Amino acid sequence: MAKHHVAVSINGEPVEYLCSTRQTLLDVLRDELNLTGSKEGCASGDCGACSVMVDGRLVCSCLVMGAECDGKSIDTIEGMADGEKLHPLQQKFLEEAALQCGICTPGVLVAAKALLERNNNPTETQVRYWLAGNLCRCTGYDKIVRAVMLTAADMRGGA
Amino acid sequence: MSTGKTDYKWVGTRTIRPDGHDKVTGRAKFGSDFSLSGMIHGRVLRSPHAHALIKSIDTSAAEALAGVKAVITSKDFKDQPSELIPAGEAMVNYKDMTRNVMAREKVLYDGHAVAAVAATTVEIAEAALELIKVNYQVLPHVIDVDEAMADNAPILHDDLVPVGMDAKGPTNIAKRVEFTLGDAAKGFEQADVIIERSYSTAAVHQGYIEPHAVVASVAEDGQAQIWCCTQGQFMVRTFVGQLLGMATSSIRVTPSEIGGGFGGKTVVYLEPLATLLSSKVGKPVKMIMSREEVFRASGPTSASTMTYKIGATKAGKITAVDATLKLLAGAFPGSPVQPAAMCAVAPYDVENVHIVGYDVVANRPKVAAYRAPGAPISAFGAESIIDELAKELGLDPLKMRQLNAAKTGTKAAYGPTFRNIGYQETLDAAVAHDHYKAPLGPNQGRGVASGFWFNIGGESSATVNINEDGTAVVISGNPDIGGSRASLAMMAAEELGIDYHDVRPIIGDTASIGYNFLTGGSRVTFATGLAVVEAARDAVRQLCERAAKIWEVDAEGVIWDDGHAKPASTNVGEFDPLSLAQLAAQAAKTGGPISGHNAQNVQGAGPGFATHICDVEVDPETGHVTVLRYTSIQDVGRAIHPSYVEGQIQGGAAQGIGWALNEEYIYNAQGKLDNPGFLDYRIPVASDLPMIEAVMIEVPNDRHPYGVRGVGEVPLVPPMAAVANAIESATGVRMENLPMSPPRVLAAIDAAQLRQAAE
Repeated sequence: MAKHHVAVSINGEPVEYLCSTRQTLLDVLRDELNLTGSKEGCASGDCGACSVMVDGRLVCSCLVMGAECDGKSIDTIEGMADGEKLHPLQQKFLEEAALQCGICTPGVLVAAKALLERNNNPTETQVRYWLAGNLCRCTGYDKIVRAVMLTAADMRGGA
Repeated sequence: MSTGKTDYKWVGTRTIRPDGHDKVTGRAKFGSDFSLSGMIHGRVLRSPHAHALIKSIDTSAAEALAGVKAVITSKDFKDQPSELIPAGEAMVNYKDMTRNVMAREKVLYDGHAVAAVAATTVEIAEAALELIKVNYQVLPHVIDVDEAMADNAPILHDDLVPVGMDAKGPTNIAKRVEFTLGDAAKGFEQADVIIERSYSTAAVHQGYIEPHAVVASVAEDGQAQIWCCTQGQFMVRTFVGQLLGMATSSIRVTPSEIGGGFGGKTVVYLEPLATLLSSKVGKPVKMIMSREEVFRASGPTSASTMTYKIGATKAGKITAVDATLKLLAGAFPGSPVQPAAMCAVAPYDVENVHIVGYDVVANRPKVAAYRAPGAPISAFGAESIIDELAKELGLDPLKMRQLNAAKTGTKAAYGPTFRNIGYQETLDAAVAHDHYKAPLGPNQGRGVASGFWFNIGGESSATVNINEDGTAVVISGNPDIGGSRASLAMMAAEELGIDYHDVRPIIGDTASIGYNFLTGGSRVTFATGLAVVEAARDAVRQLCERAAKIWEVDAEGVIWDDGHAKPASTNVGEFDPLSLAQLAAQAAKTGGPISGHNAQNVQGAGPGFATHICDVEVDPETGHVTVLRYTSIQDVGRAIHPSYVEGQIQGGAAQGIGWALNEEYIYNAQGKLDNPGFLDYRIPVASDLPMIEAVMIEVPNDRHPYGVRGVGEVPLVPPMAAVANAIESATGVRMENLPMSPPRVLAAIDAAQLRQAAE
């Protein structure tokens, strides 16, 4: 079957790709565009390691088909830092040791950024429920939740 | 051995980890992130049956499919002798290993590999799997440990000869172990109170978020390169070499970043298949497991049933423990029953102990290590019955443990006499912690439990290269799962007297550094750390020699202090100190490159002890258990990087809470795994957990220059009993079977209420 020609914006840059009907957005990012920062932990939308933003909405890229993204704007972990300057969440995750193996980290960061853009003063419970779709097996979530809340406090203070 | 100082510049600080920036930006390359030019893709055909004879396999249609480059079955692997070979903590039997990576005469579990295909695309490889015709003769299967031990059980291996016992006929019991200290019968005679209980634990998976992945490339000259996510690149090299009959020198294994392991990546699954496929095709072959394959065919840890009998005096002194532990190994022998038996009551000074353990095969995937393998299982029983004993005696459960705690000089039931250990300190800290005194509300309860793990040393190699500009590179050989590169670099910086940020730690492939036993046994910061310290001291010795040469004095007259060579005394002469950077800049003129090395089999691991406090609230309507507060207190020796030590403690507690409340392998009547995905095999999510307070007690290990003890495994030992004891405290109902899921807790509460109503 002929491949689909898709034109999107990824991290602010225009990108065109060809994908088969069965390829997910995650497959396209990883296998066609070499953007391997988004991880595949389950391919069923349960682990959140592939979290990306599509038109400002947080999604599991393993549940979005590559062919349905034409005209959409996609943001991945690779676009989170501003040039050489880490996003405050990225910096705080390093300072607070909010990662161990690091496989869930890109998805957690993308999801946490989406939270802070909606709510710059989340409670611990709000952070925990927002990140409930991002599995981490190493940290017990303690340092992740703290890092998100500390980042929110910093961003509020600096605003 | 000790550095003799405690005013460290880097050790004990919370540095930014060297691999951190790559991991928060998506740059870090994990197992499946690696690709090579010309690469093709491999997939595995897996058994749909729990137990069946393989009558025939017809691969012809698959091989004829356009794009398929190779198909392999067990015929492509030479058979292996049945003998136990030491491999670090465990023994391996290559006869079993070759059958686990590719089923031979029989399939022994749902998900067992029967063939593998390499094709130009993933789609073609998957289509080819459907064209392979396997003629199975389905056999009766057995899943449960007690059923597998029964006389009429379906037998997995007709030729299995149990170790440590006589068998009347074919059996699924692979081994019987027995540990005896004193005289248990006599001990029970001295007891005022005796309790006897049975417990069971479910098989649980390590649950690393990164599925197994490998790229293997075998060149025309037979030289193989393997990139994979593993806890031990040298282990992969050894096992692939043995299974494929390749010389060690012809295999080079490069570990990727690893997305969690917890013991589950200490064996090979895909690596020998990808290497064999690549050698047949002459192209690099990439293989990745799906999540379903991870659950069906890798890990998990043992399911178990146990009986415990314990006796104590009215004053609370435990006089005897007698236990029987039955652990499932999965399809091939090798459950962690021995460490389970050894750890069961290791935290306690008990004179009379008798523990028998059985290693039992059944139609499930072969178990792999999972954090303190075996200890969390036996501790669930031991720490539950000790809690019940304390209640019976009217003693506070921590007081009960304090009365019986092992201390320096205590002879453990498994043999050794403990040197400096910190178990008592964890109990004292628990008693003093405000968590232990905090008020509880309705339907809430508090439980405590303790745990022990040996920790290990093992073969370790390290190189410290001094760069021309005065910076340094530390090369070691252990995949870094939770921040070990940071701790290695910090110790090297401390020894060299240079800035931590000027030390770059890298993990070498198998051709770039001497042999290292895999990342496991909580050994890396301790044992590889020791090799790094010794390698740095070797570099320092060379630096001092260079200074001596420049000053034209004896090398003994030069000391190393705060990153500088200095004269040992004014008798040596008056010289300005030479910095590491100054000496490095002149290295070419004073003797050439400066490179420190160390390789040794590290001994002297200090055991780890922990005590956990858990508060729960139990919903009496649904049986749902919410963990409200959790405190983990652990003797960590010395925390080189406190944040990552805390992380180990917090992560272990979270895994234990999952094991306690949710996680289990569920098999249907046909012996197929019913929940091979994160939706139905539910690991704790962020909203399931509270903050987990990690309290680090530092009783330094005197066999390590910085006092390090392993910290990664003991955090998983206490949680299941801590949660069970908390549920009992909240409801009066004692849960003896894991997981303590809502239906089970509700049923237990209802049954207790019926009993009460009847009385």
